[in-house]
Amino acid sequence: MTQAEKSIGNSPVVKKRISDPRSVQVLLIGLTYLFFIGFIFLPLGLVFSQAFEKGWGFYLDSIHEPYALEAVKLTLLTVAIVVPVNAVFGVSAAWAITKFNFKGKSALKSLLDLPFAVSPVIAGLIFVLLVGSRTPFGSWLGELGIKIIFSTPGIVIATIFVTFPFIARELIPLMEAQGRDEEEAALTLGAKGWQIFGQITLPNIRWGLLYGMILCGARSIGEFGAVSVVSGHIRGQTNTIPLHVEILYSEYNFTASFAVASLLVFLALLTVVLKRGIEKHFQKNSFHH
Amino acid sequence: MNAVTAPRVLASYRLSFSTAFFAALFDGFAGLLTAWVLVRYRFPGKDLLDALVDLPFALPTAVAGICFATLYSPIGWLGQLLAGWNVQVINSPIGIVIALIFIGFPFIVRTIQPVLEEMEQEIEEAAQCLGATRWQTFRKILFPHLFPALLTGVTLAFARGIGEYGSVIFIAGNLPMKTEIAPLMIMSKLDQFDYAGASAVALVLLCISFTMLLALNAVQEWQQKEYRS
Amino acid sequence: MGIELQNITKQFGEYKAIDNLSLNIASGDLIALLGPSGCGKTTLLRIIAGLELADSGKIILENKDTTNLPPRKKNVGFVFQHYALFRRLNVLENVAFGLNVLPFKERPSRSEIRDRVEHLLKLVQMDWAQKRYPSQLSGGQRQRVALARALAVNPRVLLLDEPFSALDAKVRQELRRWLRKLHDEIHVTSIFVTHDQEEALELADKIVVINKGRIEQQGTPQEVYDHPANAFVYNFLGNVNVFHGRVHNGKVSLGAHNVDAPDDLKDIEEKPSQTFVRPHEIGISRIRSNENDFAGTIREVRLLGGQIGLNIECEGLDGPVEAEVPRELFMNLQLAKGVQVFVSLNRVRIFTGDYEI
Repeated sequence: MTQAEKSIGNSPVVKKRISDPRSVQVLLIGLTYLFFIGFIFLPLGLVFSQAFEKGWGFYLDSIHEPYALEAVKLTLLTVAIVVPVNAVFGVSAAWAITKFNFKGKSALKSLLDLPFAVSPVIAGLIFVLLVGSRTPFGSWLGELGIKIIFSTPGIVIATIFVTFPFIARELIPLMEAQGRDEEEAALTLGAKGWQIFGQITLPNIRWGLLYGMILCGARSIGEFGAVSVVSGHIRGQTNTIPLHVEILYSEYNFTASFAVASLLVFLALLTVVLKRGIEKHFQKNSFHH
Repeated sequence: MNAVTAPRVLASYRLSFSTAFFAALFDGFAGLLTAWVLVRYRFPGKDLLDALVDLPFALPTAVAGICFATLYSPIGWLGQLLAGWNVQVINSPIGIVIALIFIGFPFIVRTIQPVLEEMEQEIEEAAQCLGATRWQTFRKILFPHLFPALLTGVTLAFARGIGEYGSVIFIAGNLPMKTEIAPLMIMSKLDQFDYAGASAVALVLLCISFTMLLALNAVQEWQQKEYRS
Repeated sequence: MGIELQNITKQFGEYKAIDNLSLNIASGDLIALLGPSGCGKTTLLRIIAGLELADSGKIILENKDTTNLPPRKKNVGFVFQHYALFRRLNVLENVAFGLNVLPFKERPSRSEIRDRVEHLLKLVQMDWAQKRYPSQLSGGQRQRVALARALAVNPRVLLLDEPFSALDAKVRQELRRWLRKLHDEIHVTSIFVTHDQEEALELADKIVVINKGRIEQQGTPQEVYDHPANAFVYNFLGNVNVFHGRVHNGKVSLGAHNVDAPDDLKDIEEKPSQTFVRPHEIGISRIRSNENDFAGTIREVRLLGGQIGLNIECEGLDGPVEAEVPRELFMNLQLAKGVQVFVSLNRVRIFTGDYEI
């Protein structure tokens, strides 16, 4: 219950919040701003100032440069695959965890945190060890003409692994808070599994799902460590946008590097704004996030 | 086995750990401050700051990496400032800590915020009526209440910091024995096709990650238990 | 004079929570602020405590003007509806809190604090729970600890905000009696806020009935119950039947009958009236005893603990009559659903005015 609801039945009384003295407030707010300036605003400003250092023309050229475009295409392709796949995985996992009780449930829950705790480089490494061209599995695939490492499928799969938890972790608390009552009611009324899922569960979680998908997408675009290991950095073929940024930077092509990076910054800012918008909508529908 | 215990590798473990630790600690303070200010006060730009807290989370690590590297380079805006005080950030552990501070920051703010928002106002009012000053109320009542959430956030930031790669390698300079982080060790061994070596280092790191995962779980469960009543 | 409130006004935006309210409370009294939800009683309590600032008016506690003091300096004990115990501190630490935060010079020694806390815990019968944490206690136990905590700093005034409303009915009753006993021992000027008229009637030395930010009536429970000043007070304290009619030249229409108007309404020419009668003051009989009795049929019978509730449809009255009779009467007259009875409305109160129920 919110503070306002808790106070008095049907009157509009709102309790005044105990507040700190003005001087303390000013000090704390000032310190916070200081932190933000140093760690958020300056970096943001830097990206744009560097990106446009050589002017608008150079900026546009850097973005339209063929390798850059290829990188953009690859990144978009990855996202287009990763997000739906993880949405399906995530919803299934969340569904299983919150609506049922089974052995190993808490193990599964812990497993979801795994990609968070494991360095993306290690994730990439494991992947390479499992399906690299030198391993039995990998060479078998090679004979079939399927190349995973150093090519697109590898990047996609590695990204799936790394961004897997986002959607599930988003949905689990939400679904737990909603409880099983509605689904059980539908069950007693004779609805079947798919019907329950489609008509009851899904509509209830749509905002959380959307939110999770946005986060997942943002992370997929920006994933660097795992993809770095897996992709082989082959320009024009296995470069995602972040990798392209890295290459440009290591060639001391700073301005171009920042120009391409600015695309990612735009996307990140967009993500942040969308997230906020969804949260506001969430609160309006009185769901506690 | 030798790979795991070679001096360079050991140095990289130490580095990853200590930098992640200090960054998480700093984030603890900065995150608590930010969460407090965002929940409790009203001031211009509050919504903007609240939204931007998520930026490190949404921003690709590589972008953050080149950003900080350029910002603190000898000719960068802040690098110039610090050079005046003889502080070098690039190619030093300090740079790594700074990058990790950026990365871990949202974890703390977002775990503390809901707890602060849900806090019953009556508790503070009761303390006030009993004669406590604001500082006493904070020290004796509010901070202990926030501590589980704070710990969870710091643990998350720490776990993330140990494995962080993209945002660190640009600013670190990757000097052997000094600013090589553990994930970089793995990377360089892979580049030399030393799969065995890479795997060995990775294994150690993995064990540490698992331990962190268990610790994280324990902390989170403790947190939930503390806040359930 | 224990507490003096002078011309308190408080507005929240457009909404007037307290409207020029003045009140005097004698030292050592136990006062109930009684009223419906949203009438301003909790706001008034919080203003006295300093948790809210009044827009205008004065608050004088024990002859000291405390209007602009923050809660810290007012030395009032406040007991919250949901206890507000400090979760991370055990019972001992909770009760000692007010003493532990005193400035160094004023703070008693550790052993003095301990003694005082133990004494208080014994007083509230919670001395066995010293090391327990609030989450390990029941609601009633928590509230007692909250009370001990508030008393620990020797407050000038004790304020209780619907202290028992979060508890089970049985526990509520027990704690009510227990609070009264405690007050008789300690004699701290106390104000408690409630919307439960039974609670107010049982506990208080004086009841202050509040509606829409204004005092409707104040007096002893007896005064307020037997001689309500207006329709609102009558209706709020206890169950009631209302019959609408008209006052006309010294007579009041009551259904199909006419009764003499009371003295204060005799001079009115023509006005709508409301006639109130309490369910347990209605006479039920098998035979007509008075020409003003109403003939009726029992439609429903309800068991109400020690009494029986009857819903009677009467000829000549446009609404059903709710009556309460002792079980013995019910048995003796062999009453049941469908039985014909005669209803005497003996003690009625008649009000004119726009009070709507």
